Amino acid sequence: MTETPRDIEHLIDLMARLPGLGPRSARRAVLLLLKKRGSVMEPLARAMAQVAQSARECTICGNIGAGEICAICADPARETGEICVVEDVADLWAMERGGAFKGRYHVLGGTLSPLDAVGPDELRIPELLTRVQQEGQREVILALNATVDGQTTAHYIAEALEPSGVEVSSLARGVPVGGELDYLDDGTIGAALRARRKL
Amino acid sequence: MRNPLGKTTAGRDSAGMEWRDEGLLIALRPHGEASAIVEIFTLGHGRHAGVVRGGGSRKMAATLQPGTQLAVVWRARLDDHLGAFTVEPLQSRAGLMEDRLALLGLGAVCAMLRLALPERAPAPGLWQPTLGLLAAMEAGAADWPLAYLRWELLLLEETGFGLDLSRCAVTGARDDLAYVSPRSGRAVSRAGAGDWAPRLLPLPVAMLGQGPADRAEVMQGLAITGHFLDRGWQPVLNGRSLPEARTRLVAALARQAGTAEGALG
Repeated sequence: MTETPRDIEHLIDLMARLPGLGPRSARRAVLLLLKKRGSVMEPLARAMAQVAQSARECTICGNIGAGEICAICADPARETGEICVVEDVADLWAMERGGAFKGRYHVLGGTLSPLDAVGPDELRIPELLTRVQQEGQREVILALNATVDGQTTAHYIAEALEPSGVEVSSLARGVPVGGELDYLDDGTIGAALRARRKL
Repeated sequence: MRNPLGKTTAGRDSAGMEWRDEGLLIALRPHGEASAIVEIFTLGHGRHAGVVRGGGSRKMAATLQPGTQLAVVWRARLDDHLGAFTVEPLQSRAGLMEDRLALLGLGAVCAMLRLALPERAPAPGLWQPTLGLLAAMEAGAADWPLAYLRWELLLLEETGFGLDLSRCAVTGARDDLAYVSPRSGRAVSRAGAGDWAPRLLPLPVAMLGQGPADRAEVMQGLAITGHFLDRGWQPVLNGRSLPEARTRLVAALARQAGTAEGALG
């Protein structure tokens, strides 16, 4: 077997660290990049270098943007008096894809997890409390995952916000669009039944 | 081979080890991209860890939540291997997610079981009371904090640090027990305490199984169990305090005790 040049091996090693890729799939990806050097590899390398230099965490909400303040926080049209609290940037992007929310966000950077020694100070919870107080927000929407850790965090934040008098709500839980009852777990069915609405 | 609980187990042969049991998921951490290492409190095999292949997937997320009751099959080539679990949900605890206090209770139960139980040592005496406690939390029973207190007493007993609240350590009397010795864990009557009373822990009657308990009494009881858990489990805690999840539950109950009065049971 011929030896792969050291630089290429290094690139394969780095690619193999990406989610969804292992050593074999990283090798395939690198081969494809080498084959499409002009159309994929070079633009990709340039884009990565640019993003590595410009991307930074928004000092207000924790989103990833191109400057000190992200585009959402800088947009006056999004000053609706509502803050949507999400666990991480991927959740913020998911909310933005839906396009249903027109307010601003706050990214916590995780959830409370006593087992992993993640407490309120390890997350951006103190910043959220300060923000709500200083910005005079009307409503805080807790869009956290429907997991034990996610909901423990939601309850913690709701309690911490109680003295501020701001309205605190959370996302509904129940049957997803396209979901079939037969395939749902009993916890989801129970939650959906408790949150039923009059038609 | 059959274990004492009558569940089938495979012996050490070419096919490896295998057993089936019922369990409660108490902890989970990601393992690689798609799998998870879980810790399950099982009826017949105690606290047992294992890999769940595909446990990191979205499909499994609802099943692999702390507190979920599972039917499990554990397989490994040798008994001392980590092994792999195949799990099927029996009962979800999703109903607890809407109740802040109950969610804290669930967290405390899982954290305490994880800390208290040695790995692979059956603790069948804890199984039914734990399920009963979680069911009470899920049903929104007003007296579940008292049930939690009694569960901690049982946990102390199961781990070898049980309190003796049957009679006074000084006089031998069975009546008017009002204190617990912080050293011996034995009850002391009012008459037996004498001038030593300020140095003893006040014993709420609810811990004697007598009558209802208000929130303040539950808090008193949790202070007692906390003292003995902290002391007895020091070799495991290694200088650290009791799990953060328990601290949060106790703090939340204390806040409630400060704002609300009422019988709990």
